[in-house]
Amino acid sequence: MRPVYVVSGGVSKFKKARPDKTFQAIVKEAVVYALQDIGLDYRKFLEIVDGSVASYFSDHFTRQLMAGIMVQDYLGLTPKPSHRVEGGGATGGLCFQEAWKSVASGTMDLCLAYGFETMSHVNTWKGNEFIALASDVSFDYPVGGFYSGYYAMMVVRHMKEYGTTVEQMAHVSVKNHRNALYNSYAQKRQKLTIGDVRGAPVVAWPLTRLDICVMSDGAACTLVASEEGIRKIEKATGKPVNAVKITGIGRGTDAMRMSDRPHKDVILLPHEKPEDYVGKKFVGGKLKYPGIHSFRAGRVASLNAYKQAGITDPLSQIDFVELHDAYTSSEIQTYEDMGLCRYGEGGEFAASGKTFMPGIDYGLKLKEKPVCPVNPSGGLIACGHPVGATGLMQAVFATWQLQGTIGKHFGDKTLQVKNPKRGVIHSHAGTGTYVSVSILEKN
Amino acid sequence: MADKTIPTQIEETDDGQILFNVPLPKNPEQFKDLSPIILKQPYHIDYIHSYGQDSPWFAGLANKRLLGTKCQKCGYQFATPKLSCMECGSDCDWVEMPLEGNLHTFTVCEFGSEEFLKETPYILCLVEFEGFNTLLLSRLIGVNPREASLDWVGMKVKAKFRRNSKFKPTDVYFVPA
Repeated sequence: MRPVYVVSGGVSKFKKARPDKTFQAIVKEAVVYALQDIGLDYRKFLEIVDGSVASYFSDHFTRQLMAGIMVQDYLGLTPKPSHRVEGGGATGGLCFQEAWKSVASGTMDLCLAYGFETMSHVNTWKGNEFIALASDVSFDYPVGGFYSGYYAMMVVRHMKEYGTTVEQMAHVSVKNHRNALYNSYAQKRQKLTIGDVRGAPVVAWPLTRLDICVMSDGAACTLVASEEGIRKIEKATGKPVNAVKITGIGRGTDAMRMSDRPHKDVILLPHEKPEDYVGKKFVGGKLKYPGIHSFRAGRVASLNAYKQAGITDPLSQIDFVELHDAYTSSEIQTYEDMGLCRYGEGGEFAASGKTFMPGIDYGLKLKEKPVCPVNPSGGLIACGHPVGATGLMQAVFATWQLQGTIGKHFGDKTLQVKNPKRGVIHSHAGTGTYVSVSILEKN
Repeated sequence: MADKTIPTQIEETDDGQILFNVPLPKNPEQFKDLSPIILKQPYHIDYIHSYGQDSPWFAGLANKRLLGTKCQKCGYQFATPKLSCMECGSDCDWVEMPLEGNLHTFTVCEFGSEEFLKETPYILCLVEFEGFNTLLLSRLIGVNPREASLDWVGMKVKAKFRRNSKFKPTDVYFVPA
């Protein structure tokens, strides 16, 4: 496989509703931004790009089948090759990896990964119904199952097994909303306290509205290239490209129905030992895995990606993470899956300060200094979650971090991680069914 | 400090008037300034769903029997039926389930999908059964949703069945044993 790079990216401002444009035109905003950033003329881009991958989750929200091709032709990319990727909440992350595949395999030198979701066409609770159809419609949805309820059941078990507290979860909400104050792309930029998060209306006990991301309209794209592709761009623009290298790609899956998840032995990362998961602190004297408290797909995706990138001690070898925090609880669970801390330690880790940004006053008493900022952008909780765009948004923000261009794009340098060498993006579909982990490094 | 309990915004609703015409500027250069035209379109279907190989489970509920499945080869037991074993790929057989189990986890839904909003607050739970390797998603009735507590986890619960079957998974639900 050939080395693969991210050359540039663009994100449309995520908003509650974008009635001013149809989905094609919202995607074009992101593409125009990505091209302007590297000074590539649109017509020249159409000449040198080899194809694309389209990412959107729900045909119910668009009420338009084959929406991907409608973006492709609006962008002027026909008759070049393309296909649609769909994998629930992980759709964007999978799309990014499909673009990587196209380039790594030698099929393309330049591939555009674009994604969108327009969720404003139905009210919030109808939207929840559409999303709930991404759960078993024979056994789960008709019981009254919906996503906030599923995640709430997962974290109740996490709390019972490990002693995780709602205040620890609220730390994630305070951190991500506060980070977003400095991100002009974010949908919700709020200064919150632990009391605000806990005092917000409960959606599914114990999760409140401020533990949960909102629905959005938005789009994002990344331009992915081989070394030859970079040369083509540099020839077209007459300028050097500030590319970021993709050094690891991992994916994992788990059963759609949470009830079907096994209770077996934990899958270990290189820095973990079997003894770490035996003892009195585990119910029954040994961790039963993944149960419903952990995301096996996230662990397998991390394991595969870390192996490729040569990561053996994630917390010390990763400079920042943009992960899928659709719920504060799932950010905590994901710390554990990714090996930023051990299983069972996620709650304490969330409130420790290690995942916060340096130089920002969160209004919290944090015991530890920042080690590895998680969701410096504000994550899904604050940026919004237009599903098909989200994983690509993470790729764009991570690229800007590694390029050192956050200040230029956000209009504020506060969220620029200092000299980052390696960032990880993590995209996750409902209750951990599909998870993708991609590793990006400074070139 | 503003009182956060007092709304400062009128709630958006999706009802509205039927409009048969809108003004258009005379000058085509101003067309791009036109506000978007937003229409409400009805979207309703009757969908024919088959429970397929899982059908005996629903027929069981209608006869006040809770069924699970067991792998013919490795013996793995599924509390939510699977006719293909997730462990070894072999076929599974139908088996009778115990009517008592323990609460593995739960949540109180104060909101839900639009279809279920009228039923809030309701309690979702996952039940574990002796000898079965997987869980069952169901409703918990007979406890006060306003008194939700982690102490509920592990509670002994027993199955109850609706008298008039609706051929939905809610034909069975659980109450404290």
